[in-house]
Amino acid sequence: MAVLQFREAIRAAMTEEMERDERIFLMGEEVAEYNGAYKVSEGMLAKFGPKRVIDTPISENGFAGLGVGAAMNGLRPIIEFMTFNFSFVAIDQIVNNAAKIRYMSGGQYKIPIVFRGPNGAAGQLAATHNTSTESIYATLPGIKVISPSNPDDAKGLLKSAIRDENPVIFLESESMYAMKGEVSDEEDYLIPIGKARIAREGDDVTIVAHGKSYWIALRVADRLAAESFNAEVIDPRTIRPLDIDTIVESIKKTNRCVIIDESTPFASISSEITYQIQERAFDWLDAPIVRITAKDTPTPYARNLMEHYMPGEDDAYEACRRVMYAD
Amino acid sequence: MANETRKSHAKGAAASTNGGAPKKRTTSSKEKIILDASSDSFPESIEVAVKFETYPVDRYGHEELGLSGETVEWMYRNMLLQRRFEERAAQMYGKQKIGGFLHLYVGQEAVSVGAAAAINVGEDSVITAYRDHGLGLALGMSADECMAELFGKVGGCSKGKGGSMHFFSKKRRLFGGHGIVGAHVPIGVGIAFAHKYKEDGGICLTFFGDGAVGQGAIHEASNLASLYELPVILIIENNQYAMGTSIERAFAETQFTHQAVGYDMPAALVDGMDPFSVCKAIQDHGKMAREGKPSLLEIRTYRYRGHSMSDPQKYRTKEELESKKNDDPILRMKAYMLERDMIDDAKFEAIDAEVKQEVLDAVAFADGSPEPALEDIYDDIYEESDYPYLF
Repeated sequence: MAVLQFREAIRAAMTEEMERDERIFLMGEEVAEYNGAYKVSEGMLAKFGPKRVIDTPISENGFAGLGVGAAMNGLRPIIEFMTFNFSFVAIDQIVNNAAKIRYMSGGQYKIPIVFRGPNGAAGQLAATHNTSTESIYATLPGIKVISPSNPDDAKGLLKSAIRDENPVIFLESESMYAMKGEVSDEEDYLIPIGKARIAREGDDVTIVAHGKSYWIALRVADRLAAESFNAEVIDPRTIRPLDIDTIVESIKKTNRCVIIDESTPFASISSEITYQIQERAFDWLDAPIVRITAKDTPTPYARNLMEHYMPGEDDAYEACRRVMYAD
Repeated sequence: MANETRKSHAKGAAASTNGGAPKKRTTSSKEKIILDASSDSFPESIEVAVKFETYPVDRYGHEELGLSGETVEWMYRNMLLQRRFEERAAQMYGKQKIGGFLHLYVGQEAVSVGAAAAINVGEDSVITAYRDHGLGLALGMSADECMAELFGKVGGCSKGKGGSMHFFSKKRRLFGGHGIVGAHVPIGVGIAFAHKYKEDGGICLTFFGDGAVGQGAIHEASNLASLYELPVILIIENNQYAMGTSIERAFAETQFTHQAVGYDMPAALVDGMDPFSVCKAIQDHGKMAREGKPSLLEIRTYRYRGHSMSDPQKYRTKEELESKKNDDPILRMKAYMLERDMIDDAKFEAIDAEVKQEVLDAVAFADGSPEPALEDIYDDIYEESDYPYLF
């Protein structure tokens, strides 16, 4: 096992896949000569040259659409959004074109494309630069959405995403890029899309958390363990398709569920998971499902408000105790 | 102090094998202006001198375009097929055989036929907006599969999943049929990007309407096409009305060729009521595209019918419409062929009868084709057939 930063794991996935398949190219703002706004693509221009690692002007709608067209015409683009906040000026290309053209063409044209970049909150960047987009893109049939929480998953899932024949939204995080973790040395390390990971086993409460929230879940589980409660932590890893079976199996064991999700709460991933749990495991629940999310507000700038806005570890910890009737 | 003069056509157009890499602008005057902002060489004024080629009607004969007599007959026949197809579609819409929106191409046939005659169908690519029936037929899609798509039947080109606005044919390299105004133009540029990347010699004709010129996607796509020197022709099919809004009411600059200046791209104005003019323009600009020089064409045309079936057309006068109908591309082509004794009246009548029958057969085919099975609703969304849909 090599220890890699999250950004290095992503770079390794792209590099290995680009070595494998000449149809793959990387395009986005500052990906080439600047070596990536967050240094994810560092060295890739030197390695692959300007034909395959391509800087763009600030034209997300244009180059996202270019990627869709290139994919329809036989290439396998990786389109980097400097952050997914900027994907909103390209959202028409994702919603109407990437997601729907296969269907509207009766299956004639497939669109193997990865849109990747950091998602969600990244510090005091105020309201426009902190959006969690997973629930927006996960509403779209035709799209897959992946949100890895650690370098190993990032590598294995990105390689799978690049090989997938469907459009994939791959959500990273500015604040996780420097995170280090062990990454498999396996020659062709692929993690299947749509499989959750049980990160920690337990039988007292199930905590479901993806992306950055996963790390809150682990800390909460540690605190509960100190009080002799065993939390089971599930990282869905893929948002769409969602591995609800793994979550339901866990709840049949723990009879309780807390969901941590840094999206705003209305019509979010936590709403969807909650609905699916009640549909499949209503009789197994011993307490209402509780979710800990961002506040139902735009993201504030002020440090104290920003901290208050984000889903908090203390809130999640207390929620777990509450559903276990531990107080 | 020097005046900066830029000529849109002046830049070298050597083909690049550099994939999508931005071209090097070693002689860019823009760059110079920025670098010398505080120096003595800062220009006193900037003069932009641009010449736009034009392609008027009745200027080109088929021989000089390299078109055979057979092709000319095909062009006539296909324009007629498009018109009869659209007229029959309107009738079928009235009978509620066709649902949703129906945007007819009547009047604009010369554009699609001229374009198809100018490219290598099946090797070059084409993408267009929602008024797509004519281009589909011009590229050789059958009236059967087109009519069945309008009827929402499995025999349709998109198996009844796309409808009028979403004709696709992988075989003919028609990349759609797109319903969101302007949104497919970046896709067209991406198709061209892939042609260049694969070095397969193909080009992409990217059609859009005058209404799309107001969309930001066109700006981004045009810049990317020129920056990356992609083999694409951006083609404004200017039928002069975006739904009910005339170009004068929508655009501060109605000479759309002028748009090209901002992208350092050549442009030309084409009279779209003569298929030979269209063909010549696309031949010329197709050659440039194959050499890595994208361009913009404004093809002026006219739709005889409303924007869609529900359009009362209060935004234009009957006189305007009638005067345009006197400039009909099918009548022009017929006169051209008669003048040159390429065809006689009996042959015209035979073609008319054949085309009429072909469209009637298409209606019968569409009527007889089954509706999609309900379980087909889950087909063609993802590659894999076992995707866990929610029920």
